[in-house]
Amino acid sequence: MAGSSGTSVKQEEITSFDAIVVGSGISGGWAAKELCEKGLKTLVLERGRNVEHIKDYPTANTPVWDFKYRGALPEKVLDANPYISKAAGYDASTAHFFIKDADHPYIQEKPFEWIRGYQVGGKSLIWGRACARWSEMDFTAPHRYGYGIEWPIGYNDVAPWYSHVEKFIGVCGNKEGIDTMPDGEFLPAFELNCVEQHLKEAVASKFNRHYVSGRWAQVTQPQAIHKEQHRQCLSRNLCMRGCPLGGYFSSNASTLPAAEKTGNLTIRPFSVVHSIIYDEQSGKATGVKVIDANTKKEIIFHAKIIFLNASALNTNLVLLNSTSRRFPNGLGNDNGLLGKYIGFHNYRAGMSGEFDGFEDKYYKVSKPSECIIPNFRNVYQKDTDFVGGYVIFSAGYREKLNDKNIPKALGAAFKDAISKPGKWGAYMYMQGETIPKESNHVRLSKDKKDEWGIPLLITSVDYDDNDDKMVKDFIEQGRAMLEAAGAKNIVVNENRQPPGLDIHEMGGVRMGKDPANSLLNEWNQLHHCKNVFVTDGACMTSTGNQSPSILYMSLTARAANYAVEQLKKGAL
Amino acid sequence: MNRRELIKTISVLTGAALVGGELFLAGCRERNEPIFGEHDIAFFDEVAETILPRTNTPGAKDAEVGKFIALYASDCYNKMQQQTLKQGITQLNDASLKEFKATFVKLSAEQKNVLLTNVDKDAKDHSRNNTTSPHYFTLIKQLTLLGFFTSKPGATEVLRYLPLPGGYQGCIDYNGETAWS
Repeated sequence: MAGSSGTSVKQEEITSFDAIVVGSGISGGWAAKELCEKGLKTLVLERGRNVEHIKDYPTANTPVWDFKYRGALPEKVLDANPYISKAAGYDASTAHFFIKDADHPYIQEKPFEWIRGYQVGGKSLIWGRACARWSEMDFTAPHRYGYGIEWPIGYNDVAPWYSHVEKFIGVCGNKEGIDTMPDGEFLPAFELNCVEQHLKEAVASKFNRHYVSGRWAQVTQPQAIHKEQHRQCLSRNLCMRGCPLGGYFSSNASTLPAAEKTGNLTIRPFSVVHSIIYDEQSGKATGVKVIDANTKKEIIFHAKIIFLNASALNTNLVLLNSTSRRFPNGLGNDNGLLGKYIGFHNYRAGMSGEFDGFEDKYYKVSKPSECIIPNFRNVYQKDTDFVGGYVIFSAGYREKLNDKNIPKALGAAFKDAISKPGKWGAYMYMQGETIPKESNHVRLSKDKKDEWGIPLLITSVDYDDNDDKMVKDFIEQGRAMLEAAGAKNIVVNENRQPPGLDIHEMGGVRMGKDPANSLLNEWNQLHHCKNVFVTDGACMTSTGNQSPSILYMSLTARAANYAVEQLKKGAL
Repeated sequence: MNRRELIKTISVLTGAALVGGELFLAGCRERNEPIFGEHDIAFFDEVAETILPRTNTPGAKDAEVGKFIALYASDCYNKMQQQTLKQGITQLNDASLKEFKATFVKLSAEQKNVLLTNVDKDAKDHSRNNTTSPHYFTLIKQLTLLGFFTSKPGATEVLRYLPLPGGYQGCIDYNGETAWS
């Protein structure tokens, strides 16, 4: 891997490639793999440091007792990182895979807590790993119900690419035949525990809804490709530290090694992309202007095609900053909609309850996945006072230590009693669709720049009353389902967390049929600069209700294969 | 051991929200000069061992819980909580002298058990009526549980621990084994 910053290399750095991929995270890794495997000399630009699979996972094998405060972080680290430290999974065992707030400023016009992971592999190291497919209804809902524009593609366009991705990364799950959550190419699912089975039955019999094992990017039973990459999940359940077993999918464990194997890959860490260079005569992008993160030197790299996978908001930033005489407002931005219609996911409520009984049942170790109740709202017709749908993630568990019927306050009998598993409980939390609106936008600061001379991003993104209504509905429905299953002492937690903490920011460079109201066509090409492809979260026309990463991966593989075809035809 | 789950149980067992728990979930202040010395650590060890004694499995001393209490209280407690804990050492020795004519560490295991069982009642009564300033024994008991079950002996020899588990099973019969750490 040519992973140098360029300064220590004696010979002239190669600056001309067939393809450039900006970003090495979940979608960038996929662009790299597909383009390299099709024979394109590909440069992957990563603004952060290199992270090599296994070697650069410093805490992967550190048990809790070897952390100074058993996993808590020093207060000064938290005080210095007010936003990033709120990210799900951020603690002493994972903090090195998140940015430090002070290093990467941005401007919150409205509260938006922007969670970033700047390193080779990006946030694929620290993602949640849920991998359900969108249904056809998810693609058509925004247009059908009038809260968005039409997607230029539907389920059937993406389905073969979902399969392509699932087989390679490894997704566990059961084939369930649920029309709101289509089946895929699954490895064996994690079994439901006894309380989850009980919830499944209650939710089916009393609500006619599904409660199923979540589809998760865990290699539960390695196939040939996983064996070749030495990947197998053994339920350590320490995923976000980086997995030395390659148990879950990350770019580092999976797509980047596959790309590297072709001999066509060059990864360049510490490469902050400033802008894309547009050539008016040919009507194409000719390359990318990079600022070396360490030396601050400017370098131009050239390529025939460019994939933007910088993460949703940074992809917006790069395009907004790519100005030219032809595109004074950002590359491809003739309609002025670049940076607008930002969406995200609504995680504002969760709840838990206790279950009597099942005391003669337990599980063997814990699983790195959850269960899911697929969306049941506004599927075939609008049946609520809000638009969009939500999924519910859920799990049953036994308390780690027992706190009921303890015979003594201390001593041997006390120790013996509390060391047993405790009462059963279950939790549920929502992941809801939001409506992309023109007013929810990002733009560039006119006067403030970062240390690489790039304008700071301004975020102006907020909830609306549709989100409030959806939260209310989830709380009612979640409670009703838990109660129907016999849960007691249900506690609802309604948080007011700002957008951003969902880490599912999307849009700003949305796909569409009409160049008048979208930036990208059905192949993720900029309508007005066809050799630039955007296949990360920025391309999303609507947010859907399922976790988006596997859709980004599938759209990326689809677009990359199309790009290679077009390139071979001489059409790009 | 998932810290959030552990903290919830500790709160139930001691009848009070984990003191400094917001910092255990959030963060601790690294301090250069320790607030508690070797004597204090030895004292905490004796109290902790009374709460979680060595049986056929390791106890609090095996897990160096005294050292953990001193570190955590120094770095993650506020001044008021530290003061409560410091005064607690004196208060417990006073109670010990009154009851058994000897300081706490000198007592037999049986005497320690009797004394602390009574103090535990006082602490729980105190927590019921007073949610703002905790009883010193609540502090010690909470940190004992926290430190013990996140220690190597506690997490691997008392609870069950498999560094490379494999073979997850969702629903199996339970026959009284200890919990997974």
